[in-house]
Amino acid sequence: MEENFKVIENYLMVRMPEEVDHHKSGYISKTADDYIMKEGVGNIVFDFEDTRFMDSSGIGIIIGRYKKISYFGGRVFAINTDARIRKTLMICGLHKVIEIME
Amino acid sequence: METKQKIIYERKDQSGAEIDGALHTALSGAAGGVDEGMKNEMEMTFDAVSENEAFARMAVAAFVMPLDPTVEELSDIKTSVSEAVTNCIIHGYDEEYRQISQADGVGRIHMRCVTQGDVLCLEIRDEGKGITDISQAMEPMFTTKPQEERSGMGFSFMEAFMDRLEVASRPGCGTVVMMEKKLGVLRWEDEE
Repeated sequence: MEENFKVIENYLMVRMPEEVDHHKSGYISKTADDYIMKEGVGNIVFDFEDTRFMDSSGIGIIIGRYKKISYFGGRVFAINTDARIRKTLMICGLHKVIEIME
Repeated sequence: METKQKIIYERKDQSGAEIDGALHTALSGAAGGVDEGMKNEMEMTFDAVSENEAFARMAVAAFVMPLDPTVEELSDIKTSVSEAVTNCIIHGYDEEYRQISQADGVGRIHMRCVTQGDVLCLEIRDEGKGITDISQAMEPMFTTKPQEERSGMGFSFMEAFMDRLEVASRPGCGTVVMMEKKLGVLRWEDEE
């Protein structure tokens, strides 16, 4: 699963799994935090290309990382989001604090 | 949906029955009146471990397949099941509960699905610690576990994605979540 995390310049790229739920969220949050601390990246990008399912645990992952990263002025991106994931993010109002791209 | 909701409340008031029986009552009430299509029922019990979250939503998705749901409807159902089951695992049977009850091993989650015609009724129940203030628990962004990065959106999602949501709980006894969704409502309009 480590290959799903990649640092490109000042960005941490996180490739989200096919199904984002509570079972997977702990590992993703913890590993992302390790990278943020270790590599000192400023921004974080969540790539939803493979994701076919996400519940509120995914929102928890993003909000948690957003709180850490934005403290130092970093930005959070969600890319390759399908209509469903965009809807889920927007119900929570996340489109106001992070960049959502198709 | 209006009428169905009414039936449930009326029945509950008349009989004073436990809320757990409301779903069943509503369905038998519906069946007694006009013919609302085929009835099908499924019940399962599984361990309250996070590995089973995926299993639970897949099982419900497979069960509703004969109703020919749209991709959107299927996602709505899967998300709602996932939220309810996750709640049982991280809140119903949390560390605090295990210490108080001194229960050994993991708790169990009971799930019941009934389809009547094109309506899906879901009942997800745990025998965990229960909720003291249900209306507070259902507020968006409210969570008792911010340190675990819970978004507090579980009940809000269930409300947004299903047609009806009802929660009953007794501290120390457990919680039951009942949801209802009519399929085939936005078949054309909602398709992108």
